[in-house]
Amino acid sequence: MTASQTPPLQIGDYTLDSRLIMGTGGTTDLAALEKALVASGTTLTTVAMRRFSPETKTSVFSLLERLGIDVLPNTAGCYTVKDTVLTAELAREALETSLIKVEVIADEHTLLPDVVETLEATEQLADKGFTPLVYTIDDPASALRLESAGAAAVMPLGSPIGTGLGILNPHNLELITSRASVPVILDAGIGAASEAAQAIELGCSAVLVASAVTRAQQPEKMAHAVRLAVEAGHLSAQAGRIPKREHALASSPMEGIINPVEDLT
Amino acid sequence: MPTVTINDDVVALPEAATVLDAVSRTTGRELQPDGTPADGRRLGVAVALAGEVLPRSRWSAIQLDEGAELEIVTAVQGG
Repeated sequence: MTASQTPPLQIGDYTLDSRLIMGTGGTTDLAALEKALVASGTTLTTVAMRRFSPETKTSVFSLLERLGIDVLPNTAGCYTVKDTVLTAELAREALETSLIKVEVIADEHTLLPDVVETLEATEQLADKGFTPLVYTIDDPASALRLESAGAAAVMPLGSPIGTGLGILNPHNLELITSRASVPVILDAGIGAASEAAQAIELGCSAVLVASAVTRAQQPEKMAHAVRLAVEAGHLSAQAGRIPKREHALASSPMEGIINPVEDLT
Repeated sequence: MPTVTINDDVVALPEAATVLDAVSRTTGRELQPDGTPADGRRLGVAVALAGEVLPRSRWSAIQLDEGAELEIVTAVQGG
């Protein structure tokens, strides 16, 4: 694997080396997950907090520790501020990190974020010294509110979790990234590598991908593809795209055309 | 012998058992008094007692009363 071509990203006090954050959900095959994580080049990967059971002895935590990948605990499954804060505090104690992916959902069918609870949870967690990376809706107004509440990064969805529908509202995403003063990380909805590139082109600093890789037919290959897409998106965004035009603009010279047709105008 | 609830399982523990004993029993890991594993690796586990997070440094100092409710959590795949 070649070294990442993108510079590190500062999120609060944390330095993120790879712009591709991975999720670990969506597969029961830990060996396949390990290959995918390595192929992705990720340096930060999410985990959920759940009750200890004997099966967790060969846990994803020890896998990430062995691979030298930092953990980003999430608060998945929380519906209220109280549960979110308790889960975050347990995660900090168990995993010795102040990073927390704040995820407060409204209902289990859409898994869409409850922005009101999310805002309050973000404020409390920032006050308690956490570095909150906050899952939210693709809404420019709430992204700014979360930033004021203490979000170290805002993580708008491209489309609902696990749907693979891509970025449903690119215009909103661009509005969010153009006005944010903290990193914007696309969370949720990516189905293919091209959508990761698109997210970065729209101004996102990083992307989080879980299902698109872990549920792909070949997770390792898709992880590699998304990694390259993130780097391609970064280069593309830096290179500066051409303006969109309504009519064609020839790139070959119009002078010296052989046997030019008569001017019909 | 106090009977306590660990992650919704009702468990009978020896007299004067501490939170440290309960964590060691649940995880199957030998723990030092400061709550870190004897094998030098990380434990990756946190404890809440009656809904409050209990730092590992205090596990050995707290004896479990009859009816105590413990949550012992760890990282699993997700997100």
